[in-house]
Amino acid sequence: MSYNIDERGYYGEFGGAFIPEMLYPNVEELRQNYLKIMAEPSFQEEFHALLKDYVGRPSPLYFAERLSKKYNTKIYLKREDLNHTGAHKINNTIGQILMAKRLGKNRIIAETGAGQHGVATATVCALMGIECIVYMGEIDIARQAPNVARMKMLGATVVPALSGSRTLKDATNEAIRDWINNPVDTHYIIGSVVGPHPYPDMVAKFQAVVSEEIKNQLLEKEGTENPDYLIACVGGGSNAAGTYYHYLDNEDVNIIAVEAAGLGIDSGESAATSVLGKEGIIHGSKTLLMQTNDGQITEPYSISAGLDYPGVGPMHANLYKTGRAEFIAITDDEAMTAGLELSQLEGIIPAIESSHALAVFEHKKFKPEDIVVLNLSGRGDKDLQNYIDYFKL
Amino acid sequence: MNRINKKLQEDKKLLSIYFTAGYPNVDDTVSIIQNLEKSGVDMIEIGLPFSDPLADGPTIQTSSTQALKNGMTTELLFEQLKGIRQSVSIPLIIMGYFNPMLQYGVEDFCKKCQKVGIDGLIIPDLPVDVYNDYYKTTFEKHDLINVFLITPQTSDERVRYIDSVSDGFIYMVSSASTTGAKVGFGNEQTKYFERIANMNLNNAQIVGFGISNNDTFTQATKYAKGAIIGSAFVKYVTNNNLKSIPDFVDDILKSK
Repeated sequence: MSYNIDERGYYGEFGGAFIPEMLYPNVEELRQNYLKIMAEPSFQEEFHALLKDYVGRPSPLYFAERLSKKYNTKIYLKREDLNHTGAHKINNTIGQILMAKRLGKNRIIAETGAGQHGVATATVCALMGIECIVYMGEIDIARQAPNVARMKMLGATVVPALSGSRTLKDATNEAIRDWINNPVDTHYIIGSVVGPHPYPDMVAKFQAVVSEEIKNQLLEKEGTENPDYLIACVGGGSNAAGTYYHYLDNEDVNIIAVEAAGLGIDSGESAATSVLGKEGIIHGSKTLLMQTNDGQITEPYSISAGLDYPGVGPMHANLYKTGRAEFIAITDDEAMTAGLELSQLEGIIPAIESSHALAVFEHKKFKPEDIVVLNLSGRGDKDLQNYIDYFKL
Repeated sequence: MNRINKKLQEDKKLLSIYFTAGYPNVDDTVSIIQNLEKSGVDMIEIGLPFSDPLADGPTIQTSSTQALKNGMTTELLFEQLKGIRQSVSIPLIIMGYFNPMLQYGVEDFCKKCQKVGIDGLIIPDLPVDVYNDYYKTTFEKHDLINVFLITPQTSDERVRYIDSVSDGFIYMVSSASTTGAKVGFGNEQTKYFERIANMNLNNAQIVGFGISNNDTFTQATKYAKGAIIGSAFVKYVTNNNLKSIPDFVDDILKSK
């Protein structure tokens, strides 16, 4: 059994392309071409050259000595926070902008929640000189002003999503509607391993550079490619998909997925989709999502704007359903405490998303000889105001 | 024979109207349906509101959000439609997104549809292949016609394929757009209408999106069997009493 995608575009029973006919030509064009384009030597060359010289890859695999000592195990941090634009998001946008160019598209649209994917998209559009329109919920625009300014400075147009709950899921709806209205010249750069097939697979393949590097770096440092545990936070799940990718079918490696419990699983203010969600359709994909009994999609909550998505990528829904991955839900308080701890033990201020992953060490005991690799998916600069407010700094 | 197929045999151009169930008020469903039939409408699409209607523009989004706020649910809609066949005889179609149907249970949903007298379903985000592989037999068992969409971007080959799996009519989306986004037809639409008309498909075509008045209705039905009005009607009931629905319909059909 493989935990990777099958030829129909499904991970187990999850995935597929539940899209209106209006989107069929766009998605079908991508489906028929993405693997072919990605396999072209010139594509790989350009992709890897940009990852190296523009993004700054490979990102270090850093042995966190003081953190390891505290939790009496061997902790390595995969430093995606050191990438250009401050997170793993750029791995995907570099890949997709090159894809868009080869498909002959001259207009890029994207959705963003906290603004990280919007910034990563605006960045690659500036790099390539391509028009960029980013949809962002009206409420998120108000609470993420610095990232809105970044996108504007990079030349992108930020369009407020005024429908529904005016947050990430609605920004995604608006981007999809834009694509319906502009089927020929536009490519939609989705920011996570969500959406209709082939998006979850394509985004996972662009993020897979993370686990490819982990294998090489771990071999060098520990003499083995295989850690005992991989830990990553999951909103839509793109940094997690990249971390797990080359280990999915290697069951010697344990996988831990960390979701945002918000104020607590049962508080009504949570984003722990695996626990609270049911099977359904969101943004063209069959997956687990938070919804009412009547099938209306509900609004999740987390202190981390990158984790409050009501669904989860179909790869992760399958990892949950099959038990391949262990899912742990971390509250706002636990995450903030872990973020402060890393700052003071290692001199690294993590993004609040990554702080959720770090909080696992208070939840789960590892053996002293265990090798644990955690994806530090983003840096905390964007979250400074949140940390200031929370800790009254 | 299903009411939709019977209606399609009539020697006239058909007017179908979409409305969002539960809007403007939660209990308006039956009254809107009765008023539409009384006004001479040939077919009705009852919109089952969804929180995230991907293919819809602002008008239907807003009406859906309001309908859900008003307390509309799948169960309540079936409750409201319980006695509808005692007073209404034209074809009734439920148009909605797949997730609420999935949560209700597709089999139960179809069963309830048949029970209250629904004739067909339009589910924009249920792909043709998934329907064929998993749900076709269930729909057919309950005498429900599933209506598929085509757009100006749909290739001839795919139009033929969709024609081959359709029963009743094909929903012809007039332009690459969400609902209510564009008003009126240009050169591109005329070419598309002609292309499809010349394909001599097995199933009739009914045009939707971009139709809001007599002029656009006439243009669309020059090539197709009928036309569907959605956003323009939703706007109308937002601003007018339900009793004046016949005025809206008269305006559409006036010089026919």
